[in-house]
Formats: sequence, C-alpha cells, structure tokens
Amino acid sequence: MIREPLLFDISEKGKRGFRLPELDVPGDPSLLKGLPLRTEIEDFPQVSEVEVVRHFTRLSKTNYCVDEGLYPLGSCTMKYNPKINEVIASMKPISYIHPYAPEELSQGNLEILYVFERYLSEITGMDAASLQPSAGAQGELLGMMLIRACLEDHGDPRKTVLIPDSAHGTNPSSAHICGYGIKEIHSDGSGRIDIEDLKKNMTKEVAALMVTNPNTLGVFESDIKKITGIVHSNGGFVYMDGANMNALLGVCRPGDMDVDVLHLNLHKTFSTPHGGGGPGAGPVAVKSGLEPYLPLPVIKKDNGKIFCEYDRPKSVGKVRSFYGNFLVAVKALAYILSLGPKGLREVAEFAVLNSNYIRKSLDEHYHLQYETPSLHECVFSDKFQKELGVSNLDIAKRLIDYNVHPPTMSFPLIVHGALMIEPTETESKRDLDNFIQAMKEIAREAKENPTLLKEAPHQTYVRRLDETKAARNPVLKWEKKSDKNDRQT
Amino acid sequence: MFPKDYYYSKDHEWIKIDGDIGTIGITDFAQNQLGDVVYVEMPDKGTQLEFHQSIGVIESVKAVSDVYSPVSGEVIEFNEKLNESPELINQKPHDEGWIIRIKIKDESDLQKLMSVDEYEKFLEGIEE
Repeated sequence: MIREPLLFDISEKGKRGFRLPELDVPGDPSLLKGLPLRTEIEDFPQVSEVEVVRHFTRLSKTNYCVDEGLYPLGSCTMKYNPKINEVIASMKPISYIHPYAPEELSQGNLEILYVFERYLSEITGMDAASLQPSAGAQGELLGMMLIRACLEDHGDPRKTVLIPDSAHGTNPSSAHICGYGIKEIHSDGSGRIDIEDLKKNMTKEVAALMVTNPNTLGVFESDIKKITGIVHSNGGFVYMDGANMNALLGVCRPGDMDVDVLHLNLHKTFSTPHGGGGPGAGPVAVKSGLEPYLPLPVIKKDNGKIFCEYDRPKSVGKVRSFYGNFLVAVKALAYILSLGPKGLREVAEFAVLNSNYIRKSLDEHYHLQYETPSLHECVFSDKFQKELGVSNLDIAKRLIDYNVHPPTMSFPLIVHGALMIEPTETESKRDLDNFIQAMKEIAREAKENPTLLKEAPHQTYVRRLDETKAARNPVLKWEKKSDKNDRQT
Repeated sequence: MFPKDYYYSKDHEWIKIDGDIGTIGITDFAQNQLGDVVYVEMPDKGTQLEFHQSIGVIESVKAVSDVYSPVSGEVIEFNEKLNESPELINQKPHDEGWIIRIKIKDESDLQKLMSVDEYEKFLEGIEE
C-alpha cells in the first residue's frame, strides 16, 4: 500500500486553492497599520484544492467507523447512530437558534431540554437531571461535586471515596480531582462487590461509593440494595456510573436501587455519535436531596412558560457555557421518542442477548475467568492463548485483518489479559456470526501459526505500531527537519 | 530468579535491607504482568510513608498501577534514572530498576513480608 505523504511533503511554492481578483478600487494600507498582519505563515503547505480534497479523502478511507461494521469496545457501547437523529438535529429552527436569543423566542428549544430532562429522570428513576456536562468524565466530576456540596452544607465534609476494583477506570480520577482520597473495594469470587470488604471500609469518613452497575465484567450487582443500604446507614452517598446503562434500559432503574446520583453517556446508551464523531454529553440525574446543588441554569416550567432559573444559592454554579451540548440532547431525545418505552426495553434485551450469544459461542475457545452470568458485555482472557505465546494484544491486532474493530483490552484489571466484548443491540445475527467465526479462526491460528498473530495486522495501511515507543517518546506534531527522512520515521 | 536476601510483599514489591535503609522495587513477576513501563511517578524526598501506603504509580502500555510501600519510613532517595529510562523496571527489576530508598521506621513491618521461598510459593498459587 502506498503511504500517503504529508501535505508538507507535497507542498510546492505558489500553489493555492483559489485566487482573489486584484483589488480594483483605491486601497488605503494605513487603515491596517498596527494590526498583526502577515502575508505568509511560515512553512504553511502550498497545495491546490484537489490535492487537499484527495489527501483527506484517501486518509478517511483508512479509518474504521460504526457505519462500516462491528465495533465491540466493551463499556463504550459503540452502537449505531440512527440517521433520523441527524435529520432532526439539522432542522433549521433547532440548529439555527442562538443561545442568547430571548427565552420567549426559544420556547420550543427550551421545551426539548425540559422534556428530555424529565424523560431521563423517568428512565433512571431519579427526581431531577442536568444536561450541562459535556461528556461522561465531566458528569462524574459534577456528580462528586454535588455530593461534596451537600456534605459540606450539612457540616459533615468527608475525606474518602470507595471504588470497587471492577468499576470504570475514570471513577478514581473524578473523585481525586474533586479532592477525595480513594479506597479500593475488592471483588468476590463471583466478580461482584465483596460486601464484607465494603462493610469494613464504610466509615464515617467516607463521602460516597462509586459503583458501576452492571460492572465492567458485565455482571449485575444483585446485592445493590444491600450495598446502598450499607453506605446510607453510614451517612454516605451512592454514585452510579451509568456508562453501562444500555444493559438496564427499561428493565430496572438506578433510582429504585436507592442510587443518589448517576451520570449517563448520551453517546453510549442514547445513540449519539461517539469518540471523534462527538461531541459527547454526560447528563447527571439526582435524587431530590441533591437537587438544590445542581449547576446553573436549571430549566423550569411555570404557567406553561419554560425558563432558565439562575437564582439558586446552593448551586455549585456554572460547569459549562450555555446549556450543555444542546444538539446532542436533541439527537438523544429523537432516539428515545422513535423507540418509545417498549423499544427502549428491547434495546437492553437485545444488547444482553447478543452479548450472551457471543459468550456462549466462544467459551470453549477463550477463557472466561468469571462464570457468573453477565449482561451486555462479556470478558474473556488470553489464558488459553498465552500458553502458545499469543497475547490479547496479538488477538486484537489480528481481528483488524478480519475487518472488525478490536475489543477493549486489558481492562478490567482483575482479569489478566482481558478482552472485553460489547456487541450492543445493533448487530444482526449474521454479523455476530461473522465475528464469532473470526474469533474461532484466530483461536485456531494461535495454535497452528502464532507468528501470523504476532505480526498482525497484515491488511492495514500501517502494520503493528510500537506502542511503547509511542508512549515513551510521543511525536505529537509535525516539525520542520533539515533532513527530510527524519520526519517520516 | 528472585534474589534470596530480599523481602517480598503480596503486591509484588521487593525490599532489600542495608542497616536501617531499605531499597524498594517491583518484582520480575510484576513487571511482566504490567508490560512495557512508560512512566513512573515517585514521591518527593522526605515523604513519610505508612506501611502499605501508595508510593506512587507505574504506568505501562496496558495499565496504571499503584506501588505500595512494604514498610513504613521516610523516603530518602528516588531512582532518577527512571525518569529517562522507565524501561529499567522491565529490564532489571531487581537491581537497576529500583524505585525508592527509604529510612525504615519500624523494622517489625518486615515480619509482615515474605521470604523468597514463601514468595515463590505465593506465585505458584496465583499462576494456577
């Protein structure tokens, strides 16, 4: 395959996309005096329009996306993004509204936010929601800020947050940024929270437990009511990471599990674009005890009129400009409305069914460390292949040759050499079978020709990258070098 | 393969004793589990560490993991070479890849650790 050159490398002096006609009226350069003008940006590539278009089109063809095939990244819920969402979000009355437009001219858009907040509260069994956070990590941080604000308001600031070893990797970071120390809670043999370990560590210094349910093994915390009870009886809060909400949608509700606050990832559960296709959105839903602390503004309705409320003395304040990622909320609301309550429940049912179909089909070929029934994702390990000298990395890289995006790897940490697979409800049986077939082929190749896996991928634009070198000596931008060969290595 | 005169923890740290000074690192088993180490975060000199308190974190291509102090005491030195060459932890985990030196506060902490024979037996249990 021919390597696409950088625009810097194909630059030729004097080339440009288009030319403006010469100025045919008298000019007055003195008007621009003192302004930081320049006629040329140093080393800026000079290329024609068609060269730029072809360059980026060719690069785009080396990419992989959910519109192309299965994207089984565990705990990322890379589901298909229905195009109707984009159609609705592109409608002029929705996309052309300015955030500074007066409320009386924005009633329709405010209603979208108002109704959407009510729906999210209903779906999660909570009392109120805020659409402000821009993504899951900010939602987590806001959730912890609400807990801190409430505890301090009651004169009981605490120091520690408990996080199970099967929780999402971002949780400790969010709690840490919010100023809490972290204490890890162990899993028991079934992959669930060890209740005894929780009891031992749940002291009066603990502000909250951050629980991911189902956890990153895809296992439902069936003792969740007991867990929330232990935390509450010691004056702490329960934060739920809602990243795995796709497993529960329409079936059960965090609010009914006595969770106090959770975030949702609209770009996971509610089908808005994920990753580079974002932006994301991480709404936070709370029980009434935390409602006074929600960020500004809060969308209210009174006498048929919808408005933004700013006069809230206990609020943690602004966490984002304007009203969050508004168009993401529009897309997620379109998804909810197009599915309806029955459809939302089917999402969870098919997500769980698909994952279990894969799990059952592959359990002879790949090791399952935890045999506890799992919901929307399943976690294999490379234990069988490790004996043949093949690691989870080799398996993941080889999957690329079968035109499948690799699954989440080496997480959760409690499964060594993990391959965390989440197919979502998107995939048809035929696509699931193709994936299963690829995984079986790879298991066979590991036995017969491990070198093939260790050198994979073979069919891609670039071959196996040196991840260690990339992490130790990252080259993050182009720099002019005197020797042209240097920058291509 | 594990040095005979070191003490070992269940979290796969080792400590080598020289008078009241202990040198601390992670075992070959630990580095093997982590994969290629790309960054090591170490405590400042003078930091007082409790038994089993986090010394810092080791970041590998796969994961970020805490390193716990196998004894209580005061950090007197850290391995500056790791800033430039974190791969020393992979290449020579039991000597040049050491992480910190500590002035031991309470020698009785050593009784909570394992001898090389006990550690090897402990590993057999894990690997099964």
